[in-house]
Amino acid sequence: MQRLKARFGDAIREASLDRKQAIVLIAVEQLREISRYCRDEEKFDMLVDLTAVDWPKREKRFDVVLNLYSFAKNERLRLKAHAGETEPAPSVCEIWPAANWMERECYDMFGIVFEGHPDLKRILLPDEWQGHPLRKDYDILKQDTDWVRENLGIESGQ
Amino acid sequence: MGHLIPPSIMPFVLPVLYAVVIVAVLPLLAGYIVLMERKVMADMQARLGPMRVGPHGLLQPIADAVKLLLKEDIIPDKADRLMFWFAPLVSVTMALLAYSALAIGPAFQIADLNIGLLFILAISSLGIYGIVLGGWASNSHYSLLGALRSAAQLVSYETAAGLGLISVLLLAGSLSMKDIVQAQLDQGVWFGFSVPFGFFIYLVGSIAETNRAPFDLPEAESELVAGYMTEYSGFRWSLYFLAEYANMIIVAGIATTLFLGGWLRPGARYHEHIPGTGIEWLDALPALLTLGVALYSLKLAPTQPVKIQKIVMVLVAVLCLGVACVLAGALFAPPAVMQGIHGAFWFMAKVFAYIYAFLWIRFTFPRYRFDQLMRLGWRFLIPLALVNVIGVGVAIVLRQQFAWGPIVSLIPTTLATLGVAMLLAKDDAPVAEAQTAAGE
Amino acid sequence: MGSGKFGNRERAVAPQDGYGRMSDERTTKTISGMDSVNTTVLGADEIILNMGPQHPSTHGVLRVKLKLDGERVAGSECIIGYLHRGVEKIAEHRSYQQFAPYVDRMDYVAAVSNGLGYCEAVEKLLGTEAPPRARVVRTILTELQRIASHLLWLGTHALDIGALTPVFYCFREREEILKIFEKYCGARLTTHAFRIGGLQYETYDGFEEDTKRFCNDFAHKIDEYETLLTENRIWVGRTKGVGILNAADAIALGVTGPVLRASGVKWDLRRAQPYAAYDQYEFDIPTRETGDTYDRYVVRMEEMRQSRRICLQAVENIPTGPIMARIGKVLKPPPGEVYHSIEAPKGELGYYIVSDGTTQPYRVRVRPPSFINLQAFDKMAKGALIADVVAIIGTIDIVLGEVDR
Repeated sequence: MQRLKARFGDAIREASLDRKQAIVLIAVEQLREISRYCRDEEKFDMLVDLTAVDWPKREKRFDVVLNLYSFAKNERLRLKAHAGETEPAPSVCEIWPAANWMERECYDMFGIVFEGHPDLKRILLPDEWQGHPLRKDYDILKQDTDWVRENLGIESGQ
Repeated sequence: MGHLIPPSIMPFVLPVLYAVVIVAVLPLLAGYIVLMERKVMADMQARLGPMRVGPHGLLQPIADAVKLLLKEDIIPDKADRLMFWFAPLVSVTMALLAYSALAIGPAFQIADLNIGLLFILAISSLGIYGIVLGGWASNSHYSLLGALRSAAQLVSYETAAGLGLISVLLLAGSLSMKDIVQAQLDQGVWFGFSVPFGFFIYLVGSIAETNRAPFDLPEAESELVAGYMTEYSGFRWSLYFLAEYANMIIVAGIATTLFLGGWLRPGARYHEHIPGTGIEWLDALPALLTLGVALYSLKLAPTQPVKIQKIVMVLVAVLCLGVACVLAGALFAPPAVMQGIHGAFWFMAKVFAYIYAFLWIRFTFPRYRFDQLMRLGWRFLIPLALVNVIGVGVAIVLRQQFAWGPIVSLIPTTLATLGVAMLLAKDDAPVAEAQTAAGE
Repeated sequence: MGSGKFGNRERAVAPQDGYGRMSDERTTKTISGMDSVNTTVLGADEIILNMGPQHPSTHGVLRVKLKLDGERVAGSECIIGYLHRGVEKIAEHRSYQQFAPYVDRMDYVAAVSNGLGYCEAVEKLLGTEAPPRARVVRTILTELQRIASHLLWLGTHALDIGALTPVFYCFREREEILKIFEKYCGARLTTHAFRIGGLQYETYDGFEEDTKRFCNDFAHKIDEYETLLTENRIWVGRTKGVGILNAADAIALGVTGPVLRASGVKWDLRRAQPYAAYDQYEFDIPTRETGDTYDRYVVRMEEMRQSRRICLQAVENIPTGPIMARIGKVLKPPPGEVYHSIEAPKGELGYYIVSDGTTQPYRVRVRPPSFINLQAFDKMAKGALIADVVAIIGTIDIVLGEVDR
């Protein structure tokens, strides 16, 4: 962490330990550079997980979360970056091919656009799906009532 | 009654009768082979198999047949309707036609053709047209791939199996099914024992020809869903099914005739009489066996859970008892009748033993991959079969020139073929296959 | 009865829709993600074969679009999501305890492992730990579950390759494990065996004996499977050199579990970052070098033996004491986040849970091993034959419930 800070300075917004887990908050523009550094210099060779968290009240509403693992050190590191609704986040596909489907899933569920992704399209939901379900403002009930209204022509009692 | 039929059609009466019997009985027989298959499979897989319809599922084939007949007949939208309709008929017709030259006993044969074997092979290979046409007409990728696989597989393995048969033809010097059996009686040894490699090659080739596991690639369930049959349903599907099982009986019939002595009973040349009677004791074996089955069924009858099952079980026992009586009665009948009845018994027994081997192999081995199948056919079986045929030729020369016995003369051939087989098998190591496949 | 419960692995006889058709417009039009149709060496068009979602060997509702040159695969694309139930969204509307049964429905052939991962993750978030007795019992049940999951894999994998018989032997042994589960918690498949903080139920009388009896019998049973398959020429021919994945690719693609170990990476979370009671037991981590289908088979077979070993060690010495940690009835973890992962039968199963201090999780992310391992399929299948495709799908050991969540 200290090394990361020394190397990237301002791009490292915050570094903390939560329940013995290393978490580093970084600037989203530098995501690709920092990822590459983590992989090559710090030997975090496996991208375990890439996901997102939605904080709708914040100015940049999404956290993009990368969970890294180093076989050499047997250590985990979590990279976090704030991403806004409209600005794209850089894709890390070329650094870890594993990110491919995970970024597609994030796009599917949150609508985060990953710049530089080879084939960014929905993965779990049908292509014609409206909305991004894991956003906090996505209402499950509304979807149900809309469906009932449209297909059955009645008001749903839920 | 004989005077009622004009002499001009007299020669046709018996063959027509046999033909009707075969067409009527074969579907039932195929159904019961399916039941046997399921029971054998269940036994090998530590379970019971069909138990619900009739005692021990004995009526299951009938229930299946009724179900298939009543099913909706689906023809896919974009299929070639005429061909789709026509293809299963080709398969099943060819399969049934091949029976005309098969000799089930010295007396049961529709036509004793002098090119009997050739006829059977030719007709049963025509059945492949049904598969190819059906696969093509379905207008489905799975069906098409299955049909193509089937065509390629049949061409490759027909060659090998044919070469396996040639060794027997050299020894018997005839293509007529009757003469081949007679030759085995004369030489005192079944050809399966004198040319074991011919038998082995035919066994493998015949499994492949009938599309049975481990060569069931045309209908490989886990890859091509159901291969050429994917789009078929109901009765059309059951026609394919019938054709497959009819073909199984045919190849088993050929193998029995050529390699296992046809309708001859084991030890046909040895006559040991049961003391105090004029009956040979090996001839009494069929009657005793069926009697045993009858008694066993009777013993099982009270343990059946449902009343109707008890009744059917008793019926089965009575049926077996009847057969046993016929077989026993035949011992006292004129020799021609006795040979006819007992010949049919032994023939069927051997056919079923051969089919049992099919089933056993099916449940034991995983499926070959297509390139491995081809490699096995072209690089192992065909060279081996060629060596075997040459060896048999040498043996015949030995027999004629130096008067070696029918068994002794073939021992060098068998040993030489064994050597070649080991050489080929070594060359054909599976690891090498896999790497070439992965390298591409 | 069985087909209902294991509906995902059910073998349909024929596809129920027209996906196999040649002139089906849906199939010919949508070739996104692959190059356009080329002509092959023989001058024929490449064909697009749509395997699934209704297909006997795609283990449920996986759909694979294959671009074929004859029988050889020129390109492939997995289409998933047919079983998507929005588990992660559901989590945000349930309390921590209420969500626990849902995780069983992801990898439903290894429900116990899923439950373990979730419960431990929440415990970590609460800053508590299950008592020793609970941890040992959890270890035993999870290892039994690993054996059950591998047995199901072995049976269906062998069936895909065309061996009809092993599946029944495998189910016979799996049944014994499920009986132990049933006696313990009343359910066989989606067990919800563990609770946050420990266990709800004490072990039943005879739990130790049942486990011991199973483990002792099972040693011969594995040998039995091996006599059917390991040295079988056809089996070796069908699996050796098929679907090779080397270690570097495996790590880059995030592949974990037996698939990674078969590629030569000696890494197992039970050893690397021990959880439950794994630090107390001796066991080996089997690895192989080539990373082909045969190696993955050997690794999983050996893993079953090792699981058996762990069970035997654990059942000998179950500590006494409470089975539940002292946690409140209402769980309100302090705000924060936690990532906890376990070695599930299929690979690393991780839970990333964010708490905002209320009774409901703010966000639950599941890191599903099947989903990420399946990504390696395209790489493994390139250049293979159709028959290899089913072998490769089988060898990755996916469960669509977990892929799609």
